Amino acid sequence: MDRKFERLQEIIESHGGRVSHLIAILQEVQEEYRYLPEEVLTYIATAMNISPATVYGVATFYTQFSLIPKGKYVIRVCDGTACHVRGAEPIHFALREDLALPKGDSTTPDMQFTVETVSCLGACGLAPVVVINGDEVHGQTTPESILGAVKKIVSREQLKENKNSSETGCCQNA
Amino acid sequence: MSSNGKLTIDGLEIEIRGEKNLLELIRRAGINLPTFCYHSELSVYGACRLCLVETDKMGLVAACSTPPQEGMIVKTNTLRTRRLRKMVIELLLANHERECTTCSRSGRCKLQLLAQQLGVKEVRFGKRDKKLPLDLTSPAIVKDPNKCILCGDCVRMCKEVQGLGIWDFAHRGSKTVVTTAFNKELSDVACVNCGQCVSVCPTGALTVKSEIDKVWNAIHNPDQTVVVQIAPAVRVALGEEFGLGAEDVTGKIVAGLKLIGVDRVFDTLFAADMTTIEESNEFLERLAKNENLPIFTSCCPGWIKYCEQFHAELLPNVSSCRSPQQMFGSVVKKYYAKKLDKRPEEMFVVSIMPCVAKKFEAQRPEFTTEGAPDVDAVLTTVEIARMFKEASIDFTALANKAFDNPLGVGSGAALIFGASGGVMESVVRYVAGLTGGDEVGRIDFLPVRGMEGIKTASVEVNGRALQLAVVNGLGNTEKLISMIKSGEATFDAVEVMSCPGGCVGGGGQPDINDTVARTRRAGEIYEMDRVQQLHKPQDNYFVGKAFEEWFGGVNNQETHHAIHTTYVPRRRINGKPFIVNDSRSQPLRVSVCLGTGCYLRGAYDVIKEFNDLAENQGIAGQLELNGTFCLEKCDNGVSVNINDEIITGVSPENAGEVFKNKISPLVGKTSTKL
Repeated sequence: MDRKFERLQEIIESHGGRVSHLIAILQEVQEEYRYLPEEVLTYIATAMNISPATVYGVATFYTQFSLIPKGKYVIRVCDGTACHVRGAEPIHFALREDLALPKGDSTTPDMQFTVETVSCLGACGLAPVVVINGDEVHGQTTPESILGAVKKIVSREQLKENKNSSETGCCQNA
Repeated sequence: MSSNGKLTIDGLEIEIRGEKNLLELIRRAGINLPTFCYHSELSVYGACRLCLVETDKMGLVAACSTPPQEGMIVKTNTLRTRRLRKMVIELLLANHERECTTCSRSGRCKLQLLAQQLGVKEVRFGKRDKKLPLDLTSPAIVKDPNKCILCGDCVRMCKEVQGLGIWDFAHRGSKTVVTTAFNKELSDVACVNCGQCVSVCPTGALTVKSEIDKVWNAIHNPDQTVVVQIAPAVRVALGEEFGLGAEDVTGKIVAGLKLIGVDRVFDTLFAADMTTIEESNEFLERLAKNENLPIFTSCCPGWIKYCEQFHAELLPNVSSCRSPQQMFGSVVKKYYAKKLDKRPEEMFVVSIMPCVAKKFEAQRPEFTTEGAPDVDAVLTTVEIARMFKEASIDFTALANKAFDNPLGVGSGAALIFGASGGVMESVVRYVAGLTGGDEVGRIDFLPVRGMEGIKTASVEVNGRALQLAVVNGLGNTEKLISMIKSGEATFDAVEVMSCPGGCVGGGGQPDINDTVARTRRAGEIYEMDRVQQLHKPQDNYFVGKAFEEWFGGVNNQETHHAIHTTYVPRRRINGKPFIVNDSRSQPLRVSVCLGTGCYLRGAYDVIKEFNDLAENQGIAGQLELNGTFCLEKCDNGVSVNINDEIITGVSPENAGEVFKNKISPLVGKTSTKL
């Protein structure tokens, strides 16, 4: 059974429903859902007694928020100046090709991977940089090295699936 | 900041008189600095950068967001400020669809006007290549995002004055747009069509949905009898469109309408007198029974939609009387048509209103006669001025004409419907006349007049002191309602008008639609009322006759059929259901309403209870549990939809009971079937 809905209410209540906490609430809610579904934003607006347009405005202003579902693994390729000149583009293309991302989409149909670019991660010394799920930093990457990292994730996932084939609803955001 | 002292503006020494910002001071000094985003009634935004001035100590600043300081030396007209202002306009034009000649705002567009005024002769930048889609879904308002200059006036008007927040900025940087929640169509969100956003929009990004062509077609159709009604607030504002200011131009409007080929020109005042009489009798009846008090007025369609969406529990308190517009339409189609030996669909009823929401009201399905809408088209003050211009009529030179009979006569009490407080004063006049008899002279009820947001007053009727409240602007309305709900204040009757200042400040009125303009229009209305011989609704002989002839009296079954109505709770936003458990496409579908009314009554706890019970009983997998936004049964506890049957009155306390009686048995039934 899915308890996300209860978690949502808990998050709002833990912030006392204060409008000044809206960004923090959205961050925590996104952690649960991996994105911000429209109906969840409407619920937040209802619970906090603010206009849904305001919640939508905040949610679309920040790139950290996504209104479309993201994969379990979010791969961010830095495309800041330093990373760009040191070859971020080929890395980005290689990832898209390897994961067979349809044109215009950044998430794989099986909802495992999302590939996006980011303007600067502030680690220019490690250029080109790729970050997976916010905390797994790969520095001085090449298309080959990053595809290797993806491969590892894929085999790890397969192993997990074989082990716990009965368990459902796994949605932990590492 | 100092609230006194002197400073220098372009070499002139000016005294600071408590102005909050330099701009106000500069304008007082006679320099009308241009702005897009500054409205004295809204918060300061400082985005358009047109009011840039040079100061001695702070350099270049936006006057609107700079407090005046003693000794400041301000220059508004330097090489630099002129160059920058021109550049600002040029950059705004670069992102603006420049098909000016065919824009409905052309000639009244602030961007167009300022470009010309500031001498912008060329735009060195290309045009925007992508055209964004127009939103034509609302019956009242059209949004053209290609013309938006992101000044945010509509955003702040809707949020700060109306308390609704339909519009907001979304996205960022070059992708920024002003839009509704989730970029939904305007008809899918809680917009009440008041049109205040239109009246502050400096460009053609937000405009009134025009019904001019519909009306021309009817006028030129020989099979249709075109009947026009004119609302009170129109006659004191239409002159502004022709440079006449806020003066009474009733006679000219009638003359103009006859000239363009309208068959009958009547007055909404007739129906307004009917409204007062019906509503007062309804009020007296409720007082006698002591039920559904306070009574809320029902003339304002913006307020009605607002109440249906946000305060469904108050719907029994709203007067069941139709608005004057709809009473008039109903009377014409049901009774007057018969006089002319016409069928309802052969009559084409046009309303000329200061209001944009009336367009929505006219399209409500309950307001029809034998399938034909009671009001076929609604024109705003600005639209009728446009029609006169299209017909090349020299409006200022028109010789006055009088309304047709019998629906062309109204009392002063009906006239003042156009200003905030007018309906209440009208009721007071009627009731005073009713209880005091023929000897009662003129009753001017001053406490309810004026532009103040919330006005309260007390009158004594039959030894009972009645508490009255008059409110204008939906933000103020919300304040008043929370006072009533918390028990902080008790009233017997409340008049609500959505627009600031009442109908004189309606969204369909000419620019500039600010407090000064509203006050002038209201002043003219009261001036007209002062010399009006018919003072109280019951002084209107024709209305009295109509009640006798058509309904056989007042406030009876006949009137309830023809000139009363009902209201329905209405959802604020259309959208997807909220998935609580993931057991998709199971035979049993349970949706719990998560609209505000239900949310406040514990909808969340009901869902939690259902979810827990389903888990405990091991039937979670056979149940599809959703949250949904408003089942439109807001008046009675939390609503739950179980396999398309709506159960109301659910609460966290009886949720277990409901689950046991209504949900568990169905789970058993459907699973044995399978």
